[in-house]
Amino acid sequence: MKKVFSVVALLLVASVFTGFKKTDNQKLPSVTLKTVDGKTINSADFKNDGKPIVISFWATWCAPCKKELNSIAEDYPDWQKETGVKLIAISIDDARNSPNAKKYANDKAWEYEVYLDENQDFKRAMNVNNVPHTFVLNGNGEIVWQVNSFVEGGHKDIYEAVKKAAGK
Amino acid sequence: MKKSLYLSLLGVAMLTTAFAQDLSKGRISGNFEIDAQYYNPDSAIGAPAVPEKALMNGWGNINYVNGKFSAGVRYESYLNVMQGYDPRNKGTGLPYRFASYNNEDLEITVGSFYEQFGTGLTLRAYEDRGLLYDNALDGVRARFKVRDGLYLKGLWGKQRTFFTTSPGIVRGFDGEINLNEFFANAFDSCKTTVILGGSFVSKYQADQDPSLVLPENVGVSAGRFNIIRGKINFSGEYAYKINDPSTTNGFIYKPGEAIFTSLVYSQKGLGIALSAKRIDNMSYRSDRSATLTAAMINYLPALTRQHTYPLAAFYPYATQPNGEVGWQADIGYKFKKGTKFGGKYGTDIAVNYSAAYGLDTTNLNDENGRRFGYSAAYFSTGEEFFQDINVEISKKISKKLKGTLLYSNIRYNKNVIEGKSGYPIIASHIAVVDIIYRITDDVALRTDLEHLYATEDHGSWAVALVELTMAPHWFVAGIDQYNYGNEHVDERIHYFSTQVGYTRGTNRIALGYGKQRAGIFCVGGVCRFVPASNGFTLVITSSF
Repeated sequence: MKKVFSVVALLLVASVFTGFKKTDNQKLPSVTLKTVDGKTINSADFKNDGKPIVISFWATWCAPCKKELNSIAEDYPDWQKETGVKLIAISIDDARNSPNAKKYANDKAWEYEVYLDENQDFKRAMNVNNVPHTFVLNGNGEIVWQVNSFVEGGHKDIYEAVKKAAGK
Repeated sequence: MKKSLYLSLLGVAMLTTAFAQDLSKGRISGNFEIDAQYYNPDSAIGAPAVPEKALMNGWGNINYVNGKFSAGVRYESYLNVMQGYDPRNKGTGLPYRFASYNNEDLEITVGSFYEQFGTGLTLRAYEDRGLLYDNALDGVRARFKVRDGLYLKGLWGKQRTFFTTSPGIVRGFDGEINLNEFFANAFDSCKTTVILGGSFVSKYQADQDPSLVLPENVGVSAGRFNIIRGKINFSGEYAYKINDPSTTNGFIYKPGEAIFTSLVYSQKGLGIALSAKRIDNMSYRSDRSATLTAAMINYLPALTRQHTYPLAAFYPYATQPNGEVGWQADIGYKFKKGTKFGGKYGTDIAVNYSAAYGLDTTNLNDENGRRFGYSAAYFSTGEEFFQDINVEISKKISKKLKGTLLYSNIRYNKNVIEGKSGYPIIASHIAVVDIIYRITDDVALRTDLEHLYATEDHGSWAVALVELTMAPHWFVAGIDQYNYGNEHVDERIHYFSTQVGYTRGTNRIALGYGKQRAGIFCVGGVCRFVPASNGFTLVITSSF
């Protein structure tokens, strides 16, 4: 009986959802985050004057995440010059490591905007299974490309997506 | 119980249907993960025979956002739960579902939700799939931005424990004020930012104990501050809990307290972070008889470096909620390009020191009196629990070659951290050489050689890992972990395993085969024991 009930419930949810027309409206969810200085900001307010944004989820304990962001850091001035892109690095470190996240970003002299998602609300809202997970947004703030995981050389593909999003 | 779950699910579905005219404007997104393993019994490494032969953990999240409205459900399936996780994760269900509406800075959520007050000393509801930790609250929550700089939160709910909820009721309130934003005119030219916060959490659980008179309502209150001026960030939180006899603290009536503070100096190319904490009897659960990681309301972070290399993570620390003192210093420096140590590309060096000790306690022997259990001195420490001194140097040598060197000296009190007895402090020295060579723009070879020297416990280990990545889709890796220094000759075993993975966009499939050593897997100071195993592993993740 319970099984039947659960199947019916799932079907109902599925039918409601499949009734939706998936549109291009892939805007960011509205979630509260902290700046590295402890100020409160909202993810729906991420802006870059009509130019692309890269959002990358990382953590101080995640080696491939750091590899990805350090690889991009080397080319970031060129990326910015060519496309006007802005990179936002979202640390999912909890209270144990969040003070170190700001420190790490500065140790590595990153030019990114770094925000803290201590309880991973933004990670959940963005459907991130595990880090690193990187999103590319076009000038209208719509998600146009995303990738999970990072391997050496992978930042090239991110940049291809950024150029496409910038119309270049 | 289950019926109410489905009914509420139907409610969510009907609610979304009610918004049907606007549905095309909404966004549906979701993610899936399947972890499965086939187990071969292997008596040499202590891998038991698994009656089901293969086990699987699976998750699926569906989220819907339409302007100010959002809703979501999560399906979970443990058929049966994989080895090394709490077997109370059993069967399938929809343990997580919510609907939320955000209007004019007031956000109301009904159903399941996660939340954190301050650093989590009073309350933190969160999930971690790697640990199968999920203490989501099921109830209602309101978050209100009164005006710029003033934020209030309130919640009322029951905590998830596996596919049910724990018996206690949790109620909490949190307020935070950013003085500079709130008094924008007065502090306009002030270069120092001050943020203050406070929280109060109370739990209710009926007293059914035949012999003890237990408090049914137990409150925790905390205050916190965060002061930022230029490159300096100073923050701290103090929490106090009234008497809360529980299985964890041995049913003593002593109040609990915790203090956590951190000082960070950070500028481009140089960072120093100092942090310290003291925890005394701060286990706080919505079920006083719960054990392991079940029904925890608050979060007590470990102050130790979270290592990623397998041998550096061999002896990880877990927070001791009954009492500990700990501190950590973390320093990072970048030698600039063109300097003597910087070379052509610059060199990064990071030094980290952390230690944890027990409290300096005196046993009161008052079991038949007021049952405070012990008294603890404030400015002295007790038994050594853990220490880690590590140095990491990373350097890009040429366009094709980069490397990382790590040395770590870890002292580990197995008796306390793992609840064993009869072990001496395990002193281990770990060295790691990690080299990445880029064969072409897309193909890279990583070799990682590690060594752990120890005379106690399992003795010394050597690890060799080779990983070939082909951007953007493929990786192949092989790892051998060899316990060559085990004093029992028949336990000098090679744990060899291979893995191949394919990623395209947000789809990722990884297939592995081989032997896994037994070990402790931790996230954020919360740990689980993973038994040895031998067999195939499969991980599939996807999101949209």
